[in-house]
Amino acid sequence: MADLIRVGMADYKVGSAPSTIISYGLGSCIGISLYDPQTKVGGLLHIMLPDSTQARPTDNPAKFADTGLPLMLKDVLALGASKTRLVAKIAGGAQMFAFQNATDIMRVGSRNAEAAKKILKAQGIKIIAEDTGGTYGRTVSIDLNTGVYKVKTIDKGEKEI
Amino acid sequence: MTEELNLSANQLDALREIGNVGAGNSATALSQVINRRIDMNVPKVALVPLEVVPDLVGGPDAVVVGIFLRVYGKAPSNILFLLPQKSAFYLVDTLMGKPHGQTNSLDFMDESALMEIGNILSGAYLNAFFTFTKITMLPSIPALAMDMAGALLNVVLAQLGQMGDQALVIETEFLSEDDGINGQFFLVPDPGSLETIIKAVGVE
Repeated sequence: MADLIRVGMADYKVGSAPSTIISYGLGSCIGISLYDPQTKVGGLLHIMLPDSTQARPTDNPAKFADTGLPLMLKDVLALGASKTRLVAKIAGGAQMFAFQNATDIMRVGSRNAEAAKKILKAQGIKIIAEDTGGTYGRTVSIDLNTGVYKVKTIDKGEKEI
Repeated sequence: MTEELNLSANQLDALREIGNVGAGNSATALSQVINRRIDMNVPKVALVPLEVVPDLVGGPDAVVVGIFLRVYGKAPSNILFLLPQKSAFYLVDTLMGKPHGQTNSLDFMDESALMEIGNILSGAYLNAFFTFTKITMLPSIPALAMDMAGALLNVVLAQLGQMGDQALVIETEFLSEDDGINGQFFLVPDPGSLETIIKAVGVE
């Protein structure tokens, strides 16, 4: 029986085949997966916010796209992944509640998605699949045996990206 | 500031008492609307790490109906009323005078009725809050979504996350006498609001 590793909000986990890393109930948050198909090593990061510019030094860095990704990247590389082979998939970034005059913070989902793409680009990691936006929650998991990133929803079914 | 979030036992007691009266008002209002007795538990007041909050509502992938209101005023806060899906359907049946078990999805009217319940609960709650603290708090128009609990909480927690890693959660559970309806009412003050509220309560 393969391991199921759970990632909470503002956290990340790394591992290798045959484990699967899963994060439940993403709304405006984003699940960023990294995967090296050759060594079958990867990780999953569950970020809440786009950037840490207003963060306090005591804040948990895994909460933010810009500080969380480098942390996970370091651990994935330490497990034997190669940066040139790493590919990323991202999912989440929904707007759960429709307000008429949505403030910036209400649109945090789309800002998270943008920030995730920006930091991946800055690190030179290619995004090969994406399922972001919408108004519904997602549970995401990455199978480290295959690199398949599964996105489950309540109403919109389940897909593999 | 994160470090200021250390509350004394007395302060937690005071917040619990406010929560108690607020929720009591809300329970009474709800029971009048649906003409059934509504019981509530003693509110839980706790400072919890953000990532633990979804576990308070049955896990992040439990399907719930969430009614969210942003609270404006001197102590900006968030209100989230969460009902397990089954409970929300039961409440809709009750409100619409349908036999129980008939509702199994939410149409526009159902959503509107549930949002009105959110309005009524929040209004009653915030009135009590005002009595204690003399802080006027105005709720926004409610928004409703049915989805995974974790996904709905993300929205509230992202606002707090900007400021710190912990949430002050004042949580009350409602239960109707026939057990058909249970729900959790969360008042989550913005980090800066907490200080305002504590000062207004006047407890060391």
